[in-house]
Amino acid sequence: MIDRRLIINFDLKFFLVMFLIAGIGLLCIYSVTAPQKTAGFPLYLKQFFWIGLGLAFFLGIILVDYHNLCRYAYLFYGISLGLLVIVDLVGRVGQGAQRWISLGFLDLQPSELLKLSLLLVLAKDFSGRSSRHGLGLTQLPIPILMVAAPVLLVLKQPDLGTALAISFMFMVMVLLVGPKSRLVIFGFLVSLMLFPFFWHFFWHSLKDYQRDRLLTFLNPMADPLGTGYHIIQSKIAIGSGGLIGKGFLEGTQSQLKFLPMGHTDFIFAVFAEEWGFIGVIILLGLYLTLLLWGVEAAYKAKDPLGALLAGGAVAILVFYLAINIGMTLGVTPVVGLPLPLMSYGGSSMVTTMALLGLIMNVKMRRFMLFY
Amino acid sequence: MNDTSYLQEEAGEIRNRAAWLAGFVLLVLCFLLARAWYLQVFQGNYYRGMAENNRARLVEITAPRGFLYDRNGNLLVNNTPSFNLYLVLEDIPDLEDTLGRLSRYIGVSKDELNQRVLAKKNLAPSRPLKIKTDLTLKEAALIEGHFPDLPGVRIEAEVKRNYIHGGLAAHFLGHVGEVSPEQLDQRTYLDISPGSIVGQYGVEKTYDAWIRGKQGQKSIEVDVQGHERRILRVQEPIKGNDLYLTLDLDLQRTAEAALGEGSGAVVALDPWTGDILAMVSHPPFDPNLLSGVLTPAAWEALAEDPRHPMNNRVLQGQYPPGSVFKIVVSTALLETDVIPPSFTVNCSGGLRFGKRLYRDWKKGGHGVVGLHRAIVESCDVFFYEAGRRLGIDTLAEYAKRFGLGRPTGIPLASEKSGLIPTTAWKQTARGEPWYPGETLSAAIGQGYITVTPLQMAMVVSTIATHGYQYQPRILKEMKGPKGSLGESSPVLTGMIELREQTIATLYRALGGVVSEDHGTGRAASTKLVDIGGKTGTAQVVGIRPWMNEENTPKKFKDHAWFVALAPLDHPRIVVVALVEHGGHGGSAAAPIARMVIEEFIKRDRPASYHQL
Repeated sequence: MIDRRLIINFDLKFFLVMFLIAGIGLLCIYSVTAPQKTAGFPLYLKQFFWIGLGLAFFLGIILVDYHNLCRYAYLFYGISLGLLVIVDLVGRVGQGAQRWISLGFLDLQPSELLKLSLLLVLAKDFSGRSSRHGLGLTQLPIPILMVAAPVLLVLKQPDLGTALAISFMFMVMVLLVGPKSRLVIFGFLVSLMLFPFFWHFFWHSLKDYQRDRLLTFLNPMADPLGTGYHIIQSKIAIGSGGLIGKGFLEGTQSQLKFLPMGHTDFIFAVFAEEWGFIGVIILLGLYLTLLLWGVEAAYKAKDPLGALLAGGAVAILVFYLAINIGMTLGVTPVVGLPLPLMSYGGSSMVTTMALLGLIMNVKMRRFMLFY
Repeated sequence: MNDTSYLQEEAGEIRNRAAWLAGFVLLVLCFLLARAWYLQVFQGNYYRGMAENNRARLVEITAPRGFLYDRNGNLLVNNTPSFNLYLVLEDIPDLEDTLGRLSRYIGVSKDELNQRVLAKKNLAPSRPLKIKTDLTLKEAALIEGHFPDLPGVRIEAEVKRNYIHGGLAAHFLGHVGEVSPEQLDQRTYLDISPGSIVGQYGVEKTYDAWIRGKQGQKSIEVDVQGHERRILRVQEPIKGNDLYLTLDLDLQRTAEAALGEGSGAVVALDPWTGDILAMVSHPPFDPNLLSGVLTPAAWEALAEDPRHPMNNRVLQGQYPPGSVFKIVVSTALLETDVIPPSFTVNCSGGLRFGKRLYRDWKKGGHGVVGLHRAIVESCDVFFYEAGRRLGIDTLAEYAKRFGLGRPTGIPLASEKSGLIPTTAWKQTARGEPWYPGETLSAAIGQGYITVTPLQMAMVVSTIATHGYQYQPRILKEMKGPKGSLGESSPVLTGMIELREQTIATLYRALGGVVSEDHGTGRAASTKLVDIGGKTGTAQVVGIRPWMNEENTPKKFKDHAWFVALAPLDHPRIVVVALVEHGGHGGSAAAPIARMVIEEFIKRDRPASYHQL
């Protein structure tokens, strides 16, 4: 069953860096939530469980050859799309957005499942199309439809972050396959023409709070007590960390509960406040290592399928990273995306580990013969 | 195959573009790093200054609790404004000095203040500690005037609970108090922060989650001394729901007055709904006092008071029922056919059983009595004989059908269950067999039997409804900001099959107790309505070395019981009165029940009339 070469090819470094980042996240969650009184299980212990669950997905995914995984890509895609529709119909409302299906102990977020299955289905579809002469116009409609359906559903929830992440992943994969230059020019012109219409539709599909967040991003001081509050406090937290930081458990901004959502969306601010710029260099270095190894997996993959899988996974992760950290630094809008591997939460942890599992899967099988 | 080479060539194409992806990743992360450098190193000092200066604090805003009304919409409990004094330890460089100054302004000794601070030392130093409620305007002005000398001192205008009628229905309404550390560990208090005020007793406790509302928050900017400089943002609190209780204010007032100063309990309820119309337990406590910052000394005084004012005697007092238990024995007698209806006993003032003489309360006896006269005149000898024939287990069986020996399920905390002994109980609890003589004591409600006044009220209710048993109900309706959140409906918990003959005989006898010449409960008779009732005089001690009643020390005097239902043809109210060490039920307790019933009948409203 389990090929010996798999064990030899298992990349321990990759695995350890992943754990190191999750461990740093755990420390930050502890720092924010330990002083508060919460009934029941402390969050940092729960996070242990989520990491364990993520690990199970990670290991589960690397065991199955990615070619075999992609064989069921359409099935996965169909299921997750179906679940999205169900969420739309019966899903419970959480934090103003309809994103979860309650499974009792775990709230399943089908949009997370969708990211994975969309990645598989797009990689399978694109790898079947010839890129020797570039991706032509006629080859695009089907993949576009496959992306558009979930994007619209996710936007309706409304989950702007996920919709943007999926679109970004699609764009990166198209670029990886390589579009014909004519397609690029054509696409550019069409989007330029359609932009006002699309913008109108997009802007009005947003909820008030989302619009506020986007506007606040442009000028946080316009409403320093309302929506701008998060960004200002986050910037103060990070900035006041200085070069060497205030020390573990010493971050005044986050300890005084001044920084909202310190254990989820704004965990980077907690980290930067307590560990300073030096900590940030190390953390971003770790993320960079992980992502570049992902690119390497794509680079060295034996076939287009593997390359696209690894490339797509890297695209999603870098998007999350950029939007989340950018948000805490006040350079991207507040759209509510978690920081991969660090933010508290089961859904995000499982998806991230599964994506990393896909990368590892491709990495491990680059020396193996195809059948 | 060239398939492989084709694939490799394809992969090669992608490989080149993957290199671009690596560049993109590098670029993004470098950009983030540069931004972090800009904030942390380049502007680090600026933001450090912001973090220290801006020292904003999150302050909880207490939500106003919902009001409590009686069944007719009379306000019982609301909130009044109160200036509360808080200390933020983190901001106080010299606690001794600050407390010393404060004690001069508010007239509380420094030691006392120190104690209050110590009692809450376990909270985080940034959390404001409430050390005094109800500052007078003058005190508040004095403190605010000296703010520069009082770092870390804060005055908040808040609301506090106001029990409009003081100790009236204190045990029913309850009181509020700071949430305890034990409570904070419970699920019900999940979203409560330390130091919050929650219901601690009575209705306030039972329905706390509905009354308490939702805490608000404000983020304030404080200066170096910890004084509020400006409000950054406010999330307004949400007031709790208002409750309309089953209590009837006028009836409650009458019952409180009728019971007077002595220790005891009165409960009035509507047998057809289980609605508690009045609930009195004396001595009362002062809920307004208990709901403020209670000094340890005051609390100790309350807890140590030999009269136990914190005890709700209606549902926590367990007393021997005495002769009121004869209602249960009579029912058992009538339902089991152990004796024929014409059965009589010749009462000569006592019954010799074994080696002991079991006395009747009346020296010289009642002569030849049947069931009716036995109830009316409360002849003990008749019931000794009846109990002997029925046996303790049959008696216990009927007592349990009436709900004795277990809590009634009234939604108030710490209800007691009383005790209905059986042979099996004696064997397990005492390790002794049941002695036949004990059955005789049980038949007149003495010995091991104990009941609460509320349980007795449920027994009489069951008679009043010809067998239907409703759970005691204290909440009628709940209203939120947007109107009614629903009315509660009566809960039928059981039903005893009673023969019509049994009911008729009991009603005649209970009526006779009040109306007949020799009835023990004549003191309950009134021109307004026909009342049925039963007296009880529960012995506190078995042996009486004192020759006459005047010499008996008060604490050895008997408990006086009176249970009543009215009007006799269609009972709509049940009243139970118990006067601790009051002496005879007929003289001490019966007038109380009468006054409550008179008040009820005077304000007779057709709306509350229940057709059978």
